[in-house]
Amino acid sequence: MGPLSSRLFALESRRGWTVFMGLAAVLMLVVPVLNLVVPQDAWLHVSTFWVTTLGKFLCFAMLALALDLIWGYAGILSLGHGAFFGLGGYAMGMYLMRQIGERGVYGHPELPDFMVFLNWKELPWYWFGFDSFAFAVLMAMLVPGSLAFVFGWLAFRSRITGVYFSIISQAMVFAMMLAFFRNEMGFGGNNGLTDFKDLLGFDLSASTTKVGLYLASALMLGLVYLLCRYVVTSKLGRVLIAVRDAESRVRFLGYSVTRAKLFVFTLSAMLAGIAGALYVPQVGIINPGEFTPAKSIEIAIWVAVGGRGTLFGAAAGAVAVNGAKSLLTGIAPEIWLFFLGALFILVTLLMPRGLVGVVRQWHERRAIAKTSRSDSHASA
Amino acid sequence: MKTVSKLMAAVCLFAGSLAASEGVRADEPIKVGVLHSLSGTMAISETALKDVMEFLISEQNAKGGVLGRKLEAVVVDPASDWPLFAEKARELIEQHEVDVVFGCWTSVSRKSVLPVFEELNGMLFYPVQYEGEESSRNIFYTGAAPNQQAIPAVEYLMSEDGGSVERWVLAGTDYVYPRTTNKILEAFLKAKGVAEEDIMINYTPFGHSDWQTIVSDIKKFASAGKKTAVVSTINGDANVPFYKELGNQGIAAEDIPVVAFSVGEEELAGIDTGPLVGHLAAWNYFMSVEDDHNSAVIAKWHEFIGKDTRVFNDPMEAHYIGFQMWVQAVEKAGTTDIDAVRAAMYGQTAPNLTGGTAVMNVNHHLSKPVLIGEIQDDGQFEVVWETDGVVPGDAWSDFIPESAKLMSDWTEPFSCGNCEKPSS
Amino acid sequence: MVHLTRKGRSGGKILGTAALGAALLFAAAPAAAEPSEADLHAALQALDTKKFKQKAQAIEHLGALGGPRVLEVLGALAKGRLYVREDGRIVIAERAGKQYTIQDAASGRSEPKAGKKELKKIKVNNRLRRLIRGVAGRLALFSDDPGQRLEAADNLIKNPKPQALPLFRQARDRETDDAVRAKLEIGIAVLELEADDPALRLAAATTLAEISDPDIHSLLKRRLQPDIEPDPAVRDALHSAVETIDRKLWLFGIAENLLFGISLGSVLLLAAIGLAITFGVMGVINMAHGEMIMLGAYSTFMVQEIFRSVIPPELFGFYLLAALPVAFLMSAAMGVLIERGVIRFLYGRPLETLLATWGISLILQQLVRSLFGANNREVANPEWISGAVEIAGGVTVTLNRLCIILFCLAVVAALAAFIRYSRFGLNMRAVTQNRSMAASMGIRTGQVDALTFALGSGIAGVAGMALSQISNVSPNLGQNFIVDSFMVVVFGGVGSLWGTIVGAFSLGIVNKFLEPVSGAILGKIVVLIFIILFIQMRPRGLFALKGRAAGD
Repeated sequence: MGPLSSRLFALESRRGWTVFMGLAAVLMLVVPVLNLVVPQDAWLHVSTFWVTTLGKFLCFAMLALALDLIWGYAGILSLGHGAFFGLGGYAMGMYLMRQIGERGVYGHPELPDFMVFLNWKELPWYWFGFDSFAFAVLMAMLVPGSLAFVFGWLAFRSRITGVYFSIISQAMVFAMMLAFFRNEMGFGGNNGLTDFKDLLGFDLSASTTKVGLYLASALMLGLVYLLCRYVVTSKLGRVLIAVRDAESRVRFLGYSVTRAKLFVFTLSAMLAGIAGALYVPQVGIINPGEFTPAKSIEIAIWVAVGGRGTLFGAAAGAVAVNGAKSLLTGIAPEIWLFFLGALFILVTLLMPRGLVGVVRQWHERRAIAKTSRSDSHASA
Repeated sequence: MKTVSKLMAAVCLFAGSLAASEGVRADEPIKVGVLHSLSGTMAISETALKDVMEFLISEQNAKGGVLGRKLEAVVVDPASDWPLFAEKARELIEQHEVDVVFGCWTSVSRKSVLPVFEELNGMLFYPVQYEGEESSRNIFYTGAAPNQQAIPAVEYLMSEDGGSVERWVLAGTDYVYPRTTNKILEAFLKAKGVAEEDIMINYTPFGHSDWQTIVSDIKKFASAGKKTAVVSTINGDANVPFYKELGNQGIAAEDIPVVAFSVGEEELAGIDTGPLVGHLAAWNYFMSVEDDHNSAVIAKWHEFIGKDTRVFNDPMEAHYIGFQMWVQAVEKAGTTDIDAVRAAMYGQTAPNLTGGTAVMNVNHHLSKPVLIGEIQDDGQFEVVWETDGVVPGDAWSDFIPESAKLMSDWTEPFSCGNCEKPSS
Repeated sequence: MVHLTRKGRSGGKILGTAALGAALLFAAAPAAAEPSEADLHAALQALDTKKFKQKAQAIEHLGALGGPRVLEVLGALAKGRLYVREDGRIVIAERAGKQYTIQDAASGRSEPKAGKKELKKIKVNNRLRRLIRGVAGRLALFSDDPGQRLEAADNLIKNPKPQALPLFRQARDRETDDAVRAKLEIGIAVLELEADDPALRLAAATTLAEISDPDIHSLLKRRLQPDIEPDPAVRDALHSAVETIDRKLWLFGIAENLLFGISLGSVLLLAAIGLAITFGVMGVINMAHGEMIMLGAYSTFMVQEIFRSVIPPELFGFYLLAALPVAFLMSAAMGVLIERGVIRFLYGRPLETLLATWGISLILQQLVRSLFGANNREVANPEWISGAVEIAGGVTVTLNRLCIILFCLAVVAALAAFIRYSRFGLNMRAVTQNRSMAASMGIRTGQVDALTFALGSGIAGVAGMALSQISNVSPNLGQNFIVDSFMVVVFGGVGSLWGTIVGAFSLGIVNKFLEPVSGAILGKIVVLIFIILFIQMRPRGLFALKGRAAGD
């Protein structure tokens, strides 16, 4: 075994790998088969609705991982992560808009409908290149990454921490929201980018494309998880945890706190960008709503519910909270906010380490019970 | 891994054994999806539409339902979250298998669900005045298109009765509906000989609450010695502080009338209308119109909701008309099959609550009357002008060069929403 | 320099306007004797028509008749209180419960009450209302009340018509009140700008140079357009007049922006001041702060409804005073509930309070939505804070905003004094600065925490009462203020009351000076970027706390 593969293997414990592979199998094999192979009226059939919804949740899970990386491990709470997610989404949306071509309502070969409508004569410079998928994917990572780099450099250099950082990151996402609302920006204003037709030549309304996008999200989530795992178990990861727990001491020991934070913040923004890029073709719209401060706060809530500082927990929290939201808005449309609100309060009061904390506690207790039982056996 | 392979085997087994052959049973209710936000920013406007749908469905059930089957409302809450609208639309059609959906308010929510309705061949009734420039096979637009609201209102203000206005402030929230409406109005005003410097266009963000500067600018703009009016496409929450500022700065309707396209009875319910008497709104319906049909429906509505202070407004009437037409189309088609019902929709008529008859045209828009009302101190409108007959809704505006050449006709031989007009 | 004109509500205004061209009206004797009841009755009857054009003629005819009775009838018509009874007579009707109290329009005699079915309203539109204002304005120019005369003159100036010149001169000659006479002189000057005699025009231009009003300004500018003013001397006078006014208006423009900025700043401050305590002093990231504001606004609404149904109408204007303690107590009680029920378990874990209070905020929003409905509730401005104050040159500030500025300052002063001088304030400061030391001195820190949180929430409630006067009262009310509030507190410096005050006002003023240049949206974006960059320079905000209390 080479050093990299052994390093990879060491990312998880034996049990960790079992759970990981098991989940991967369910998500990547069982769900698509149940959707595509099982006939529609069979009770085991997973409808396309659940596939796309689940695909959306997986993107949210990726976003939660990105936030947990900086909040759970480096102690930086960003209340503006929606900005990076949204930018990634817009990059993908721009590619999808360019793919529409002449099929727009006004039939213009190059300009998206909203530009024709606003009397724009040619594509603005920042739209060039987005007809290429590779370029769009690159931008979905580079644009959020550079914004995070600049923002992080400014913030970490002047040692902005804690709440101050949270609030200015919120100011950033709020400013982005206002900016993207403006029609003059050239991103479609409040309506954003929508009416997508196809992706790499695949028809977006076909259910096979949807399953394909879902699989891509699941695969990407797995990779992002392993990458995050790699980062947090590396030396840098340990420095980050140290920064979280006692920043000044790390500084005094000679580590460059700024550089470590900047690296992980930029990485996190790029991961959020990827999540956004995968999210857009599945929901079919990207608009400034993704930049509302409330959405960014929600991301932090997913992480907290799942268990901050545990990657698995962050992802699970995203799926759990969004799953609850999807179910409750359908089942109890008029009172679902009571349930969701109560959930947040109860989780903080009763499960301070989130859902994962509860599971872990339960395991520990069982282990203790086991040992004590075997002890008593031995003594008997 | 063992469990997984076991599961897979089970799946294959079920896949083989459970083939579907369930027909529609006559005692099964017909499901009607209701897709309006009950929480979040748009709950202010949309909750009333959910209530009105429940009202209409219970009325219809009291009459024995449709095709001998009961109707059942499936209410979900898309929570003013646009991607969630798309998810909920899919849930309604795929999971709940509804036969029709009544829903959406904002343009962006409609744009968000449109691909879903087209992909799954659903049917949506959209009840709100909107910017036009759209005609989907799967959506029926029962609200006003710009030619059914904005243009008549401006024509009225230009007339002697409206005060012979010569100078115009087009104030709106920065999103697609005001942008389109203002673009159309600008072209229209210029065609009528209004000079560039007599038009002031101003956009503000959603929920804008500090109107001091803008109201003061409007006052300055109006001091040029020409009769000035404000055409407001200000949306939602921003209206209350705007009107409060207007009233308090002493801008009376006699000096600078404001005509609004997004302010109806529901919005006025949250404002003290004393200082606003005389400001205008253009709609296809006003609650105050004296008509036996209107008062009968309002009485039943009050009885259903259990509160006689609840208002009835234009989008609610749009749902009322759309629902009547859908019921008739289903009866005519004898089935709830989407394509059959759609074919039966064209030419459907339903009485307007303000008198006259609304007609569903082949471009999925209604022919409706246009009314202009002045705000009264009891929060109602008084009609000061109305069109002679009904005005057919235009999907594509004649005042936008790119769209003037487009047409929409969903019947044979065209069957398209945006084709070039046939040259013959 | 600063003269205050209290502007009434639109209904009470009388303004002479264009449409009253008819020469016969100007010939009418200003103080005509009361017309006979029969004449009046006949003239009134002409109003019973559907055509607005015919109604307009009837109104002009009524104006020609003149007299106080006509003034009253026209007032009623403008307000939509004029009805046709089932017997065809014109009456003034006022709603009283389900019935209407009736008064015969021609005679003014009271009649038995009638139901809605027996009355048909005479509809008016803007054009007729404007016409009525003009007709009534001319009658009012000779009224006995100087206030009414002043308003009439003021309004006639805004719509100058050459035919009105003799009327103005006649009124000036009889005028006894100085203020009204000065107004009339301006009116005459405005009209004499178009006189045939160049000397008159020159004098008019000189008189008007003193008036810094945008209307006059644009009027003078219009006279300067080519081919209008032939006389070079008059042209020069016009030029210098325009320049003088330009300079003044520029200054007024700055004053106006400053005033608007202060007003916006005080709104921001009111919204943020409660947060400055719960977040700034206690370190609780209270996402439900906005909902405390909302509760205050809804308390105000409830108090208003109680006043409407129980208290006699003449006391209605005082409902805000009654709402003040109610709003405070409601929000403070909710604050205690939240603190004791949730937050006290989470001290030292600030980010978890974020999560829990976010949940609380969702629940409160939905609770209000379920109880009061999702749409806006109407909270009326009492009469005493309606209208605007004009501070020369078209710079007006509305009374409700002026009251908010004053109220905001009062709240801040009271709060500062309370924290500085009261026993509880001392305890509060002690607990914030060093919890364990305070505890060992015998201060019950738990109680202090609860009361501090209650104080912050209560002040948010009071802010909600004030904001209900300018904003929507809806379940979303709080959400509109929460982001701004956090910005203000952080910008000013967490834990510093002064910082919050200075922060709020500077952000408000910067915003208002940017808005005319960049538009409302870009202005706000620029302010946000400014905050981000500012925090880079001063990572602890404008007024950073020093010493032990400032810890991370």
